[in-house]
Amino acid sequence: MGKDNILQVKDLHVTFSTYGGTVKAVRGVHLHLKKRETLAIVGESGCGKSVTSNAIMRLIPNPPGKITKGQILFKGTDLTKVSEKKMRSIRGVDISMIFQDPMTALNPTLTIGTQLTEGLRQHHKNISRQNAKEKALEMMEIVEIPNAMERFKQYPHQFSGGMRQRIVIAMALICEPELLIADEPTTALDVTIQAQILELFERIQEKTGISIILITHDLGVVAKIADRIAVMYAGKIVETGTKRDIFYHPQHPYTKGLLHSVPRLDLEGETLEPIEGTPPDLFSPPKGCPFTARCPYAMEVCNKVFPVHTKLTKSHEVNCWLQDERAKQTLAEVAK
Amino acid sequence: MLRYILKRLLIMVITLWIIVTLTFVLMVTIPGSPFNSEQSSNETVQANLERHYNLDKPYHIQYLLYIKSILTFDFGPSISQPNQGVNDLLGRGFPISFELGIVTIIVAVISGIILGILAALRHNRIMDYLAMGVAVLGISIPNFILATLLIQKLAVDREWFPVATWQGPEYMVLPIIALATGPMAIIARLTRSTMLDVLTQDYIKMARAKGLSPWKIIFKHALRNALMPVITIMGTLLAGILTGTFVIEKIFAIPGMGKYFVESINHRDYPVIMGTTVFYSAFLIIMLFLVDIAYGILDPRIKLHGKDGD
Repeated sequence: MGKDNILQVKDLHVTFSTYGGTVKAVRGVHLHLKKRETLAIVGESGCGKSVTSNAIMRLIPNPPGKITKGQILFKGTDLTKVSEKKMRSIRGVDISMIFQDPMTALNPTLTIGTQLTEGLRQHHKNISRQNAKEKALEMMEIVEIPNAMERFKQYPHQFSGGMRQRIVIAMALICEPELLIADEPTTALDVTIQAQILELFERIQEKTGISIILITHDLGVVAKIADRIAVMYAGKIVETGTKRDIFYHPQHPYTKGLLHSVPRLDLEGETLEPIEGTPPDLFSPPKGCPFTARCPYAMEVCNKVFPVHTKLTKSHEVNCWLQDERAKQTLAEVAK
Repeated sequence: MLRYILKRLLIMVITLWIIVTLTFVLMVTIPGSPFNSEQSSNETVQANLERHYNLDKPYHIQYLLYIKSILTFDFGPSISQPNQGVNDLLGRGFPISFELGIVTIIVAVISGIILGILAALRHNRIMDYLAMGVAVLGISIPNFILATLLIQKLAVDREWFPVATWQGPEYMVLPIIALATGPMAIIARLTRSTMLDVLTQDYIKMARAKGLSPWKIIFKHALRNALMPVITIMGTLLAGILTGTFVIEKIFAIPGMGKYFVESINHRDYPVIMGTTVFYSAFLIIMLFLVDIAYGILDPRIKLHGKDGD
């Protein structure tokens, strides 16, 4: 964790106040991301991965949501502290975001051209209409949209799903940000289009050196483009490592469970093993490891204390008592 | 587009013809005539009068004469005020009614939309409750009650505004408030709910993620989409305001078309009934047509074309 980190998230906590009580959606997330790196955050629905990414963009609706603790350091600036006005000058320019569903991410009443150029015109006040258009057409070339000239004047409903996602990507990249947060960018697309979009990401990263945070629950997508992986469960990161670490040497039982629940074409007669049970209620998350109730290897200590951070190798870290020799000692301390 | 407009024009003519025919049928079926009131003149005079106004002719001839009068835009003289042509009445009354109606619509739409946006942006906070409180009152209080209240409180007790008639801008204030409050309340509630819905859409989040200013997000991205349902009910609201003007004009003694419309029915003043009905219907039909055109302009997904497509 040196100075070359473009983004560093430290002990991030996000809560939502609802009528039923306070939901602790993100509970102490640590992340770091280098330039030109792709970090995938994986986990099942409701584990807090989207909330984490929205928190980085400061797009959590407040009320009810609130960042209660922690730091988000983007090139040294703590984004939790900056004013909303300053944050607006960061959004789209330094950090961009793309969303899951390209069918709803574009405004149906505005032309593609307007939506492509408006970010540019917002952040570069003196750019001429013509220059903005040229830049937009150039972006459309990059995301491989044929007949850009003609398409520029059209409306979103005249585009297919894959084409719309390309437009959304072009929109996010037009101000040349250094970090792109992609929240399930391929979930709503069919498989062939998915592959095309992922290849597009790779090519853009090669060309621009952009860092990408990829939020997904699709391990296939992860395997294709991620450099490092952070596995999230019940508002916490439970295991991080390189793609190799996670796919070949998963250490956390949850990570293993996730990998087992993916169908594989190369193994014949293999049956899928779902992870039994459901994630814990985040109104009152358990004191110990949140996975205890579903974990086949749970020990007494797991119920009582959240596992310490264990560094297995230089790149591979896990929060699981099975991997840490301090388990016994901790249990003894708690018992006292 | 042209094809669509032509098709709509044809439908408008047919609609108008149906209205005209129905009005004629209703007119001849309701009992009474312009002449058999108390001042029962002798029979020869009555017969002469009927001949003069072609009321002695069989119905189908009357109907054709009447269609002819519409096609030539000459509705002849009024029966109850023989020295006045129907065209003169319309010419005098319409500008006033039109002014009242148009200003009311503008006031209702602008204030309704602003109120709705404020309520949506301050969802579940004081401003929201305040705006919706006003809206509920506006919807529940009929305009004639509001009109009399306004006259009593602001024109009689306080003397801030003139009580009645139509002689200048200060005369417009009370009738327009009375007439605009209802539609404003409906628009405000509708704008609020659609705005709340639109603000949760992904494209609004996307706009925020682009770093756009809140101002741009609301007016460029949200409002345009939120206004679609408002446009939809504009047709109904227009009709409501139009009929509302009859009552309001009566209460405030405004010499608009509404006065002639109501009086003509009481007097069985056939030419005036016909003239005002045709005029009102044509006006409303044209307004509805404009609303549909506005739809196509606001939402590019709506293509206006004839049945075969173009």
